[in-house]
Amino acid sequence: MDIKMKPTRDGFGEGLLELGSKREDVVVLSADLTESTRAGWFKEKFPGRFFSMGVSEQDMMGTAAGLALTGKVAFACTFGAFAAGRAWDQIRVSIAYMELNVKIVGTHGGISVGEDGPTHQAIEEITLMRALPGMTVIVPCDAVEAKKATIAAAEHEGPVYLRLGRSGVPVITKEEDVFKIGKASVLKDGKDLSIIACGVEVYEALCAHDVLKKENISARVINLHTPKPIDSEVIVRAARETGAIVTAEEHSVVGGMGGAVSELVSRECPVPMEFVGVQDRFGESGNPKELFKMFGLTADDIVKAAKKVIGRKR
Amino acid sequence: MGKKPDIRELKNIAKEIRIEILKMLTCAGSGHTGGSLSMVEILVGLYFYKFRCDPARPLCDTRDIFILSKGHGCPALYAVLSRMGFFGKEELGTLRKVGTRLQGHPQKGLPGVEISSGSLGQGLSIANGFALGSRLNKDPRRVYCLMGDGELDEGQVWEAALTASHYKLDSVCGIIDYNKFQIDGRTSEVKNLEPLKAKWQAFGWEVLEIDGHEVKEVMEAYDKAETIKGKPTLVLAHTVKGKGSVLFENKNKYHGVTPSKEELEKAIKEIGAKEI
Repeated sequence: MDIKMKPTRDGFGEGLLELGSKREDVVVLSADLTESTRAGWFKEKFPGRFFSMGVSEQDMMGTAAGLALTGKVAFACTFGAFAAGRAWDQIRVSIAYMELNVKIVGTHGGISVGEDGPTHQAIEEITLMRALPGMTVIVPCDAVEAKKATIAAAEHEGPVYLRLGRSGVPVITKEEDVFKIGKASVLKDGKDLSIIACGVEVYEALCAHDVLKKENISARVINLHTPKPIDSEVIVRAARETGAIVTAEEHSVVGGMGGAVSELVSRECPVPMEFVGVQDRFGESGNPKELFKMFGLTADDIVKAAKKVIGRKR
Repeated sequence: MGKKPDIRELKNIAKEIRIEILKMLTCAGSGHTGGSLSMVEILVGLYFYKFRCDPARPLCDTRDIFILSKGHGCPALYAVLSRMGFFGKEELGTLRKVGTRLQGHPQKGLPGVEISSGSLGQGLSIANGFALGSRLNKDPRRVYCLMGDGELDEGQVWEAALTASHYKLDSVCGIIDYNKFQIDGRTSEVKNLEPLKAKWQAFGWEVLEIDGHEVKEVMEAYDKAETIKGKPTLVLAHTVKGKGSVLFENKNKYHGVTPSKEELEKAIKEIGAKEI
């Protein structure tokens, strides 16, 4: 099958354009990564509502907070490493603590950044952002979902972190699919285990599902595009009905989406779990495809984790 | 406000605010004495003269904005806001106690408090955002941002200084409470800030250097700032940490230590007896 490849940041850029023409209150800030983050598409069309902040991520977060205090919906855009990492305290105090309507957009999440290497491969944003009270964290799985997430983020009252990627990823959702913040989507039903994924790993999970199916293993696949607030209903039901969970994310396994699932499941319905993700290490330069193999993020790795977790079921 | 109020009256208000601050801090048993006392005239000259606000409608559209970037100085702000009528005087006694709106560092939500602060260096960026948003909204409000001197060690302040001048934010008036001390000691010894005026000028700001305890100079600086177009203005206010009583003046121990009951009584007497 021919699958269309498109980066999630492109979906974001399209979402911003749509927001720009529909809503006067949407403003965009960028920390010298205007083309890379696709904030530039908005800048071109709505220059009066675009603010170039230079390489000053901390200042950008504060400025976005001030704009939000005047009634604007402010999108602050840079790479995830510099948003969630460098400006974490500004996001904590100047945005989250005041529950402001700032949408933090971190592109270039994960090791799929590729050749630029570890400093630019953010693998900790979900952990860092979901630790903040009131923060919504969204990790779209493809460009179509990213566009919807961008529009939903603007409609949502309060701070949002949107995690996007650099490289093209398969477009697996459709225009007509419903996207709702905090509402996970069950993409495949199954009874032997649940694979809960976000971002590009949703595609890998779907591939893993097909491989497992050939071996008569029935895997439920859940797209948990909103690690926070987590959809407890869908996740707990998956734990109860399938009795085993594999989480898959292009992110550190320390405190990320898998961590969020694990906190919930261990409390509500403990079942064996395996965690596919970056295993407590930094990224590396290289071709994204090769890196995915090296870091154990492929469909094959999910299949292995699935078999392992099934073996642990009582 | 427009018409210049009587200087003697403002000086009296400053005295009363200082006493109120000391009472609050003694009652709370913790908090920042030195930096609260050094900023009193800066606030009095603003709130009781220049500042457009309506305590009955703290979020009204026509208000000016005051941002306390040096959040630890909040006892002074609380005392002023209460005196302005944003909330009752009795609430001052709840400072730092469980359930209070008067948090140890300011929290948005208390009438008159525009932003939460406490982690230093963040206020000026927010002030710039306020100014940019107000410009888009065609709202002629002014935005004041009070910073400490120790706070200027934070890189974000200088990022924001660039932003304000890049966007020609002439509605922004930064103020520095230059009391020459920070927790670890003299600013000149911890990390030298000088030449401070030249730094801000080099960043594209108009700088007005004043005695931050002379209410008349403070008011005139705010008047002058309003006339400066095409660039932001910085009021570099030279102050004395712990101003008001010999017990605390330039004694850096009182950065984060509050007066004992005996010290409070002595200080109230000393402040009350001072000639205006």
